[in-house]
Amino acid sequence: MLQIDQATYDAIVEHAKRDHPVEACGMVAGPVGSDRPARLIEMVNAAGSPTFYEYDSTDLLHLYREMDDRDEEPVVIYHSHSATEAYPSVTDINLASEPGAHYVLVSTREHGNNPGPVEFRSYRIVDGVVTEEEVTIASSTEAAEESS
Amino acid sequence: MAIEVRIPTILRTYTGGEKAVNADGATLSALIDSLEANHPGIKDRLIEGADLRRFVNIYINDEDVRFIGSLEAELSDGDQVVILPAVAGGAL
Repeated sequence: MLQIDQATYDAIVEHAKRDHPVEACGMVAGPVGSDRPARLIEMVNAAGSPTFYEYDSTDLLHLYREMDDRDEEPVVIYHSHSATEAYPSVTDINLASEPGAHYVLVSTREHGNNPGPVEFRSYRIVDGVVTEEEVTIASSTEAAEESS
Repeated sequence: MAIEVRIPTILRTYTGGEKAVNADGATLSALIDSLEANHPGIKDRLIEGADLRRFVNIYINDEDVRFIGSLEAELSDGDQVVILPAVAGGAL
């Protein structure tokens, strides 16, 4: 199960809508071992494409160094699909390289840049096997209390 | 010559869980052969044919090796090498 606070959830959705029709991508880091998505980092899609995303290689190195320095790890790795469902593609599965992370997919196919609901789904992708999991949204206060 | 190589989570199965290992070599290519000698199987995860795999990033002292000669990039004692799989994907 992915447990995520409302503010982070909203920020991911807002990012996906803003970048539509290009795929938006980013990460939510959290303290090592906590499984708690705490710090959202929007990444630039270096591919700038409606059907592909890739972090810029220099940005990627900086991100991992920063997480190392802060004793964080990738808890959520998210990206959007702008014309298809929020389900991992073959490319997503083949390139998934963080077996401990929740892979979140948001589909903006229905409303694009406009207000309106999106599909927001989460998966584990380990050794090429995709397992969908429940997403639970906590109010930001609840999430903060739980972690304290 | 000792060069520290940082290993990403997904490849730590080859290093017995170690986050960083030492290797040596005057070029990246030689370094990868030295890694392979101690951690069999890791080379295939980094190299495809004669090239670095498209979705593997390797950095020497924070420089993406693709900008400094790729597998021919030169190494010196004390250099730091970081391996990171690309974070990539997409609808197609």
